Amino acid sequence: MCTYITEKIDVAGSGKGAEGWFPLTEGTVYFDHPVHATAEHTLNIDLRNPGRGPGARVAVELTADAARALAEAILRTLDAVPADLIAGSESEAAQSQAVRGQAVQGRAVQSQAA
Amino acid sequence: MTEAHLTGAFTSGTVMIPGHDGAQIEAYAALVADPAPRGGVVVIHHMPAYDDATKEIVRRFGHLGFNAVMPNLYWHDAPGAAPDDAAAAGRAKGGVPDDRLVGDVSGGADFLRALPNSNGKIGVIGYCSGGRQSVLAACSLPLDAAVDCYGAFVTGDPSGIEGMPKNNIVPLYDKLPDLRCPLLGLFGADDRYPSPDQVVELEQLLAKYGKSFESHSYEGAGHAFFMVERTAFRPEAAKDGWERINAFFSKHLSA
Repeated sequence: MCTYITEKIDVAGSGKGAEGWFPLTEGTVYFDHPVHATAEHTLNIDLRNPGRGPGARVAVELTADAARALAEAILRTLDAVPADLIAGSESEAAQSQAVRGQAVQGRAVQSQAA
Repeated sequence: MTEAHLTGAFTSGTVMIPGHDGAQIEAYAALVADPAPRGGVVVIHHMPAYDDATKEIVRRFGHLGFNAVMPNLYWHDAPGAAPDDAAAAGRAKGGVPDDRLVGDVSGGADFLRALPNSNGKIGVIGYCSGGRQSVLAACSLPLDAAVDCYGAFVTGDPSGIEGMPKNNIVPLYDKLPDLRCPLLGLFGADDRYPSPDQVVELEQLLAKYGKSFESHSYEGAGHAFFMVERTAFRPEAAKDGWERINAFFSKHLSA
């Protein structure tokens, strides 16, 4: 069946898509029919930046076992990292997003002035 | 080189058609060359996308002698994008709204009726999520025949499934009394969505409302048994299903 179930989250970071690297803003996670994988249902993840167009997307379609293994590996990795590095990563990402926001505002002002 | 004389020829390719709210949307069409009047079929693709597998279904209808068109249901979400990217954008927005689906199928039907070799009769067929949407269209538009291939939540309540969105997928109980044309349903006996009990419920409701419903459930088949590139493909069910689809549309879409 098509499950219709979709988890949507905000994302900070970067992904590499068909046209190279780009900043990510959101992610969707769902278990449904895949586009390419041969399993009948897969755990699908789309990491996207809709502001850069629908093609700004990194997609994976994983078997349920592979998806669980990936999720557990991510959590194990994060758990193994010293807490201050995690805090630093969050703070740097927030700063980077703030700077990017200012840059976008700046371009908007320039565009209006032109 | 000698010019070949082809019979049974059709042309297939991409076309822009009117969709919901007057928007121009992309669609994939198979147009029969023979000028003799014939019926048309609107194909509703499955949820993953407007893709190679569903375009092959459109061409199959051209081969069977029907004009056919399949609107790209995610065009509204990302015009011009690669179909899988558009599907992802649509998914992130919550899926295809029911009113938009009806508008797009209506546009596809208008496109087919306007063809010079149309006899004015239009059918609709959908697979998976498109099965439910095919029934929805047949309850909402003046169509002549409809086929539901294993569509979940025509009957059956999705609200009890954990994580299921509450607003954008609802069963069609309130629509079924308005079904405007004969319906053919093709299901897998091993499918859970729709389950055999939900298929029986649909049969009982349509009998109660006095609607024409031909239903077949295939033993040894589950969901998506028509999809040739999937492990769910069941050749015997698919072969028999195609024969029933051809007979059903030939009967109800003839002038």
